[in-house]
Amino acid sequence: MGRVVDAPSASPDFLEICEAIRRCRVRILEMTARAGAGHPGGSLSAIDSMVALYLTQLRVRVDEPKWADRDRFILSKGHASPAMYATLAEIGMISEEDLLSYREFGGTCQGHVDSKWTPGVDFSGGSLGMGLSFGIGEALAAHLDGSKRVIWVMLGDGECQEGQIWEAAMSAVHHDIRNIRVLIDKNRIQNDDHVHLQMDLGDLESKWIAFGWAAETVDGHSIEEILDGFEWMNQVTGPSVLILDTVKGKGVSFMENNPKFHGMAPSEKELDQALEELSQ
Amino acid sequence: MISAAPSRDGWGRAMVALGSNERTVLLDADLGKSTRSIWFRDAYPERFFCIGIAEQNMMLVAAGLASAGYAAYASTFAIFTERAFEQVRNGIARPNLPVHLCGSHGGVHTGSDGSSAQSIEDLAIFRALPNMTVMHPCDANSAEHLTHQTITLTGPSYMRTCRNASPTIHEDPSSLKIGKGAVLRNGPDVAIVAVGVMVERALAASEVLARAGIQATVVDMHTIKPLDTKLIQSLSKTCGAFVSCEDHSTIGGLGSAMSEEIVRSKPCPLEMIGISDRFGESGPSEKLLDSMGLDVDSIIAAARRAIERRDGV
Repeated sequence: MGRVVDAPSASPDFLEICEAIRRCRVRILEMTARAGAGHPGGSLSAIDSMVALYLTQLRVRVDEPKWADRDRFILSKGHASPAMYATLAEIGMISEEDLLSYREFGGTCQGHVDSKWTPGVDFSGGSLGMGLSFGIGEALAAHLDGSKRVIWVMLGDGECQEGQIWEAAMSAVHHDIRNIRVLIDKNRIQNDDHVHLQMDLGDLESKWIAFGWAAETVDGHSIEEILDGFEWMNQVTGPSVLILDTVKGKGVSFMENNPKFHGMAPSEKELDQALEELSQ
Repeated sequence: MISAAPSRDGWGRAMVALGSNERTVLLDADLGKSTRSIWFRDAYPERFFCIGIAEQNMMLVAAGLASAGYAAYASTFAIFTERAFEQVRNGIARPNLPVHLCGSHGGVHTGSDGSSAQSIEDLAIFRALPNMTVMHPCDANSAEHLTHQTITLTGPSYMRTCRNASPTIHEDPSSLKIGKGAVLRNGPDVAIVAVGVMVERALAASEVLARAGIQATVVDMHTIKPLDTKLIQSLSKTCGAFVSCEDHSTIGGLGSAMSEEIVRSKPCPLEMIGISDRFGESGPSEKLLDSMGLDVDSIIAAARRAIERRDGV
């Protein structure tokens, strides 16, 4: 019998979660630096909630990645794959050695998350705007199966510029889907520049509420607030969205709020500095 | 009297039958009355999901259901499947999920709605996707029979059906198989390979040719991908001259698929009957086909040209 992550009885304490997150930040930086490519900024902003989710909520089986009744985690912002791989390595779904294959030919860890290549990846991302729709399909399937499994979807804030997100938001409410929980990594930066300069999203929380969702905003780097947010979502009967107020590149001074590191890896020298900062 | 029905009716009947399997789900984007998915809705409302006029969402909701082990079917007009092409590409074909799309109202045969509704490139774009099976049956019976077989596919498929009635070609479709062309007539002089509503016209052309002493083979190539390459190779040897017939652009459809196989196996002349790089317009189906060079006389002339080219005349 391998490890089963069962929430909340097996929930680790705050310090354990924080330490896991710190290890994942190191993995993200090392992976992208080694590959000389990738998306460190949006991985560092998303990692706190992603690790917290896996360690306290998701029912998955490390020795049985395709267990039919597992909860699903759909990383719609699939370019934040380093965060996903770091987290999967943290729970033991993939190995530390697998992380060396990030963006390599034939590698387990493809450039963007891909269900065909990586155990524990439920959704092939890389093209923005599709994950919520996929999650709704998974949620309908769970309903038809009479299962209580929960479908978690992580979106980016820039990703909410995609029209398909709002098609999906409408359909979740119309079809009375109750087992879907959406996390939005609101790091305020997209590929070319800051979100408000590219296509301002306005009051994002109000937009989701207007579409019939329950919505709350928390500090996406406060474990306490994230866990409270998860508990709030678990109490909501309809579809819910937790907007995570985050900082792109969080944890590394020269990466924070720097659009340059949306899609650029740290150099060797920058990696050394980043690891030094994380060790303090 | 020859019976006639639109191929969409065959698909609709097959979906109702497939619905007896509790793992079958069907999604539609508010065109169920037209695609015939509404018949499934009436029979199995709990497994029918109207996604609204939102094709992009529909494709990925279907993918999610397929990922969880359901046989997911989705329908809309052929032209609107194209709207969600990248969703089909990245969300369905790339992870090789068994989502089966039906695009109805394909081709200029769709008629008076005009060019915005007449998909003439659907077969080309879906054929370009790895993992994808692409079908275009010629009548309601074959559409029904082939749709039954989609449940056995491990990857995704696209089937184009038609709005308007066409004569029954396959009174007994039971021998039809996805991926195997159906030889409707045997003749050594030229092979006329057709899909959809053009099969009837190919047969009509073959009868006129026969009266002139030219015996044509006529094939209903209902599956464009995977193409029945063995049959094409065999006809390259026995006939050595081809005509392709499709209510679709000559860029990327049946004719293109055939030419790819012919040039890599045993090169021989191929004349393409199809829509030559233009859009359609409003009008009655038959008149539109005729006005675009998809008429019986054009097929006959193409057959003669193919034979002359083969014989070096």
